[in-house]
Amino acid sequence: MIALLLRDLKLAFRAGGGFGLGLAFFLIVTVLVPFSVGPQSSLLSIIAPGVLWLGALLACLLSLDRLLALDWEDGSLDLLATAPLPLEAVVAVKSLAHWLTTGLPLVLVAPLLGVMLNLPETGFTWLVVSLLIGTPALSVIGTFGAAITVGLKRGGLLLSLLVLPLYVPTLIFGAEVARRGATGTELETPLLLLAGITTATIALLPFASAAVLKINLR
Amino acid sequence: MTLTVTDLAIARGGLALLERLNFVLEPGKALILRGPNGIGKTTLLRTLAGLQAPLAGQIQGAEDRIAYAAHADGLKPTLTVAENLSFWMSVFGTHSIQPALDRYDLNELADRQAGNLSAGQKRRAGLARLLVTGRPIWMLDEPTVSLDRNAVTMFAEAVEDHLKYGGSALIATHIDLGLEAKVLDISSNKVKPRPIEDFDGAFL
Repeated sequence: MIALLLRDLKLAFRAGGGFGLGLAFFLIVTVLVPFSVGPQSSLLSIIAPGVLWLGALLACLLSLDRLLALDWEDGSLDLLATAPLPLEAVVAVKSLAHWLTTGLPLVLVAPLLGVMLNLPETGFTWLVVSLLIGTPALSVIGTFGAAITVGLKRGGLLLSLLVLPLYVPTLIFGAEVARRGATGTELETPLLLLAGITTATIALLPFASAAVLKINLR
Repeated sequence: MTLTVTDLAIARGGLALLERLNFVLEPGKALILRGPNGIGKTTLLRTLAGLQAPLAGQIQGAEDRIAYAAHADGLKPTLTVAENLSFWMSVFGTHSIQPALDRYDLNELADRQAGNLSAGQKRRAGLARLLVTGRPIWMLDEPTVSLDRNAVTMFAEAVEDHLKYGGSALIATHIDLGLEAKVLDISSNKVKPRPIEDFDGAFL
């Protein structure tokens, strides 16, 4: 399992591996927002948590279609399915690798981009906390979507359509935590719900993804 | 250690392909799988490897003992040959890739990225993976595609060695490998295509 994780990380960082794709997208979106809504800092500081969360979510979505499709194309998914690793572990490791190469970098640069959107000072901690708790769910749900659409030619659109509705609860509670953090109000409820969604998806979805993948591989 | 197949029926994409398949693959023996294009050789190999469920019948002795090599080599283009093989070594829990590199004359290519290799060299690296898995039963789907004559000999020797040490192999191929092996012709097992009522049920 560790070998699979290391291989996926290595592949992501090598040329053409797609590392930085989500990060660049996130950067572009947040840099362009002040141009499109105008430079009033009071307005920006209100919308900053929501924009950052939406940007992070879309950046995650961007790299999902490569998650399993590449392994399917070159035949290594078949070989992994016949290897001694359980398929549930394979998809769980794939989700983890996706989070480490996409989600975690987004979490790390988010405070920097928060400065550009004039995020209130109190909001930074909660922005990072909410992204740190929320983005793993995005990777796990995305892996499930990738498992459903693996083997489809140009399944990217279908993947987005399938995954986006499943992302909504995470987006609502994640952005709510960041927003309430920025305004300094009570945020225990959305934080607990966000954590609940993440832990539930991590616990359940790898099994669903593996089951779907078995059907898709036959 | 023997792979026994009884009354196996298989399907692809909801269509039954082959039925009443009965054969035994003993340790130290190879079987050459023959049949016209589209008859279901690949589907049979995938079913035996556990990638899809049979419609009917039993497969005994296959669990966790099969190494499968498909049309695709399963190599990552941005990893080197050695990195690719080392990955499979860790996955299968074996200890060395050196015998596999030696066997297929890959030592000079070990540090080249797999994406820069020729089709035949990729195939050699793909076949070397079989040695790395350490599994006793090989399921090979057209293993000699894009190999030159030298490489085919290399491959035949690798299979012979594998058989000598008690392994076995089921090989779908149309060329003569010079192996002492029985031929399993599945042309007579063909079913007239008809849709299956409950394909998902058959799978579950």
